[in-house]
Parts: sequence; structure tokens; C-alpha cells
Amino acid sequence: MIKQEFLDKMTAAVANGYPQEAEGLARQAVSQGDDLSTIIERGFVPGIRKAGELWEKGEYFLPELVSSAEAMKAAMTVLRPEMEKTASRSGTRGKIVIGTIEGDIHDIGKNLVTAMLAANGFEVHDLGANVQLQSFLDKALEVGADFIGLSALLTTTMIGQRRFMEMLRAKGLDKKFKVLVGGAPVTVRWAEEIGAAGYAENAVSAAGLCRRLMGERT
Amino acid sequence: MTPASLLPTLRPKVELLSPGLIERIIEEALTILALQGVLVENEQALVLFREAGQDVDAHRQRVFIKQQLVEQCLRTAPASLTLHDRPGRQSFLVGGDEVHFNPGSAAVTILDPVSNQARKPDTGDLVRFVRLTDSLPHLHFQSTGLVSGDVPEPLADAYRLYIGLLQSTKPVVTGTFRVESFMPMRDLLAAVRGGEKALAERPLAIFDACPSPPLKWSRLTCQSLIDCSRAMIPSELISMGMTGATSPVTLAGTLVQHTAENLSGLVICQLARPGSPVIFGGSPSSFDLRKGTTPMGAVETMMIDLGYTQIGKHLRLPTHAYMALSDAKVNDSQAGLETGMGALLAALAGVNVVSGPGMMNFESCQSLEKLVIDNEICGMAYRLIQGIVHREEPMAAHLFESMPSGMNFLAHPHTRQWYRQEHTFPSLADRETYDAWAAKGKKTMAERAGEEVRRALKEHQPEILPEDKLRELKEIIVRYARSLGMAVLPLDKPTGK
Repeated sequence: MIKQEFLDKMTAAVANGYPQEAEGLARQAVSQGDDLSTIIERGFVPGIRKAGELWEKGEYFLPELVSSAEAMKAAMTVLRPEMEKTASRSGTRGKIVIGTIEGDIHDIGKNLVTAMLAANGFEVHDLGANVQLQSFLDKALEVGADFIGLSALLTTTMIGQRRFMEMLRAKGLDKKFKVLVGGAPVTVRWAEEIGAAGYAENAVSAAGLCRRLMGERT
Repeated sequence: MTPASLLPTLRPKVELLSPGLIERIIEEALTILALQGVLVENEQALVLFREAGQDVDAHRQRVFIKQQLVEQCLRTAPASLTLHDRPGRQSFLVGGDEVHFNPGSAAVTILDPVSNQARKPDTGDLVRFVRLTDSLPHLHFQSTGLVSGDVPEPLADAYRLYIGLLQSTKPVVTGTFRVESFMPMRDLLAAVRGGEKALAERPLAIFDACPSPPLKWSRLTCQSLIDCSRAMIPSELISMGMTGATSPVTLAGTLVQHTAENLSGLVICQLARPGSPVIFGGSPSSFDLRKGTTPMGAVETMMIDLGYTQIGKHLRLPTHAYMALSDAKVNDSQAGLETGMGALLAALAGVNVVSGPGMMNFESCQSLEKLVIDNEICGMAYRLIQGIVHREEPMAAHLFESMPSGMNFLAHPHTRQWYRQEHTFPSLADRETYDAWAAKGKKTMAERAGEEVRRALKEHQPEILPEDKLRELKEIIVRYARSLGMAVLPLDKPTGK
């Protein structure tokens, strides 16, 4: 039986944004042979959820939110391989390949989304900034991604999102991946216009969007 | 009352950094350049650095710039430059404490005055925008301020310059979106001047180049610096750290990074061609750590602008800032207050090139209505920095000698002698009595601005280029458009409008 006190510590480590502490607690849980699903669902996940709530309430700003995401990621980096060793399920909610489109070197927004998705248990393959359209597809095929996230901070690179959708349709792969678009100039209307699966206003709602698209109730 | 007894006018000024702090910021920037270096994603630039004896980590594309080289480049970079308008009649010194306002550049949307919504601009919008800028006296330069949505992406940068050169005589603040665009853009400018040599002697345009914070020069921006320098076209360095996101959260920390980025850009320009003109500029922002946005109207953004302007002046370089703009989404009081504050501060700081008027929504949207309002704001800023002039001696006593008690100054010859020099009369700001304002329809500033836009566009006729130049420019742009798969320019299509 895992002590509530131990779980609370995990929740606090993530909610307060302490990566080292979160990592330490995760290691302790592994060495104790605790049930890792319980550790994640009742220990760490409530922490990231709380951080998200505080952010939406306006109490947390981005530095706190990102620190919490980092703490969650630190814990998950320890726990995920252990879960994959023991359980048949992959231990992830879904896989996403993400990056900022070629010609664009802005990646703050994309990094926030990456952090929040990782914190929410998604397996994130971050290709970085200035990524060629073909590379998104290659990586997505390689890892069997559920989602492809295309970030564009410039209107010139936003066009790349449309081109990517055209490329997928031309190859008949548009049903295979859910394409998510984001970035300062991007709007819901744009996402609909180019036939993307979704758009989220910010990193917290991006995580919610991915969970919804994976069929989870959020 | 000899003229010698009149005192010189004080130029009103604002400074935020102590001389000691300026030195420390520059020192730390130089240390960063030498020890941490900058990322340079451009082969030509890496070669230049290697030839200049700098340490280049080819694998990581990182260049470590020695202090000695920076100092040498600071000596060859000119302290000022002079832009000339299209006909070559008027020249503008970019240096000292001269202030030149120009519209904020490269908006991707335009505020539609009817729906009050931002939409994608087309050629018609771009033409109206340039013609309106041409008519506004307090905007000394024009900018390629809108990205026209009805031409192929790769053509957009050269196309907006083409329209700017056709529709206005003002010098242009512009820039490339692609490496390949430099040649046609330079050709357009050279055609106006009658050759590359003439263009180098009398610059008509400034090219913006933005490093990628922190401390990185992309292939495109680096190439722009090199190409411009070789053609003696002034480069405007637009560092744009976002505090707490892509640059340190402290204002002073961001100034260190800003200085390091700009100095590295300056070195690239001087290595490409010693003596080429470089403007110490930027578009940094106080990143909003709640919303994740880059507010240009934030007071801290303006403080960073004023800070690096002082550093640029200390380094004896021409300066630029993105000020006199707002993050408001419509022409409301936020639009006016942020633009007003920015314009006044920029003028007081003596920023040489001030890009901003017309801009809203984080440098993404242009509004013609805002542009005419901002023109008036810029006029107020110009008036402010003219200062209070010691026009005569005595200043007032003599007026009372000849004046019977009870009389006022309205009919006094002294009033008529000076009032137009001492006072300005806005055309948009409301100075009516309440009843007069109500009788005219209780119009808001934005509504009056809309009327002014319509009036100006109807009445103002920009000077047209001579036939042969028109033909030459058109040949250049059409050839370029064809190479990009566009047979007929939207400008030449018959429109239903």
C-alpha cells in the first residue's frame, strides 16, 4: 500500500515545479517496487493538473507552469522505461512528432507545447526549429505517431502548414496522422481551412486537445 | 536685444542608463562574444570570420569574436548615414539625435475599418497604405509595411518594394524574406537611382535584418547583411530578445544580449565591406509571462528600447527602435496611449529611425486609420523635442509696457508674430466644445481618422516616376514574377473595385 503522504509529496513536487525532487521521488518509488500506474495517476498527474489549473486561474505564469512541466517530465523519464519493462502497454497516452516549420527559428511556443504534452504523458519527438516538411513525415512514419504538430510563428512559414496538409493528401496519408497546428498567426479558421485536425490557443489547451483527440474525456 | 544674448535651446532628452552601467553592459557583451560566441548559419559569413582570424567551431557553426575585432569594426562603421528620397531632392541624416518616424513594417494583416476585423491585405491595400504614408508629413520614411496576400509568397518582399517605389517618393525601410529576393530588390532600387554606384552614394532604402535570439544569425539574415554591405545599402540590426523567454528576464540582462547580438551583426557587415552603414536597432519585448505574448506597448519594452538606444549612441552608431505602436486590436484608447508614450519617448531619446506608426496587435496588423492618428502623435513628438525656444529678449516685459490694463493678447501683434511657430493645431484630436462636437455627430477619434483616410486618399496625388524608370522597374519585377510562375501582377489586372 502506497502511503498518501508519499503521493502528496509527488503532487507537491510537480505542482511547485521541482524537477530534482520529482525525479528523486520517482526513483524511490521504482526502488520500492511501488505500483507505477498508481504513482503516476495519484502522485504525479494531480500535480501537473493543479499547475494547469493555477495557470488557468491566473495565479501561475509561464515560468511556474514550465517548471511544473519540467518536474513532470523528470518523473516520467524515470517511470516510463520501468513501466515498459513490466507492462505490455506502452505507458504513453500517444505519440506526437512536433517541430517548427522550415524557415522559422522561433520555438518558444513549440517548446511550451512540448513540455506540456510530455508532462501529460505523451511521447514527444521534438524535431526542434527550422524543420523541413519531409522530416516531419519521415519521423512520424518511423515512430508511428498519432499526432504531428506543426508550429509556425511567421506568416511565411504558416503557409508550410498548408503545404504539409497538401503533401499528406497527395500521399494518401492524411487519415493516418492527426495534424495539429499552432503559432502566433494561426487561428482556428486557418486550421479548418487547411484541413488540420486541431488548433489550440496555448500549451495547456494543446495538451487537453490531444487527450480529447485520443478519445479521453477531459 | 542682440541675437547673441539669446540662449541656445535645450534639446529635451531622456536617458535611463548611467555611463557606468553602459560600460558594464558593453564589457559583458564583449565577453559573451569572445567566450560563448554566436551561432552563424551562413558559410560566407563563417569564411569571413575565419579570414579575420577568429575561432570558428565549424561543427557547431559557432564563432568566437575577439574584442579587438569588434573594436576595429566599430571604428570603420560610420556614425551616421544619409538617406535620399526617390527624386533626390530631400535628404535625411540618420544619426545624432535626428528622429525619423516611419510606419511599422511587414504587417501580415490590415484592420478593416468597416468590419473592425483584421484581414489579409491585398495589392489594393498595399497601394492605399503607401499613398497614405506619402501624404503624411510626420512620417519621413515609408516602409514596406504590408505583406500582400495576392502574390506568391516568394514574390511578396520584392513586390511590396516595387509598389512602395511607384507610389511614394519617401525613402524606404524594407527587408528580404528570402535570400534570393535581394538581387531583384537591389535592382529595383538601383534602377530608380540610375545604377548601383549611384545607389551606394545616395541610399534610398534601409534593409532590416533580425538575428534570432539568443545569439544566432540565420542563413537569411546573415546573407542580407553581407549582400547589403557589399552594395553599401544600410543594414538595420533588429535584435529581438523576449525577456524571460529568449533573453534574460532582467532588463539589464536583455540589454547585454541585445548589445552582443547587434555587435556581432555589425562585425559581419564590416567584414563584408569596411565602412558599410549599420544601424544599431531592435525590436525586443517585455515578454508577457502570463499570456506568452510580446507586448510592444509595455513600458518595459520601451525601457529596453531606450536603454539600447543609449548604448548605440555611446558606440557612435545610428539607432533604430520599434516604438510608437500598440498591441490594441482596434483603434481604442490603448492604441493611442501606447503609441503616444512610445513616440514621445523615442523622440526624447533621439532614436534616429522609429518604426511603429500604424502598427497594432504585436507588430502583426497595420491600420490606415491608426496611421493618420499616429502621424498626428508624431507631430506632437516633433514639437516636443523642438523644446522651449528663447525667441526674444525680453520675453514678456516689453509687452506689458505698451498694453493698457484689461486688454488681452489676442489682438496683440506679438501673438500674430509667434503663434504659428509656437503652437501646433491638430486635425484629428478633438478640441471642440461639447456642443460643437455633438453637433458634428459625436464622432470618435477612430471615426474622424476614417474620414481623414478617405479624404487623403482622394486628394493626395503621389509624384509619378519618369516613364523610362517606370518601364525599367516594371521589367525587373515582371521578369522576377515570371521566374516565380506569376505571369500577370495583380497591380496590372483590371479590378472590379
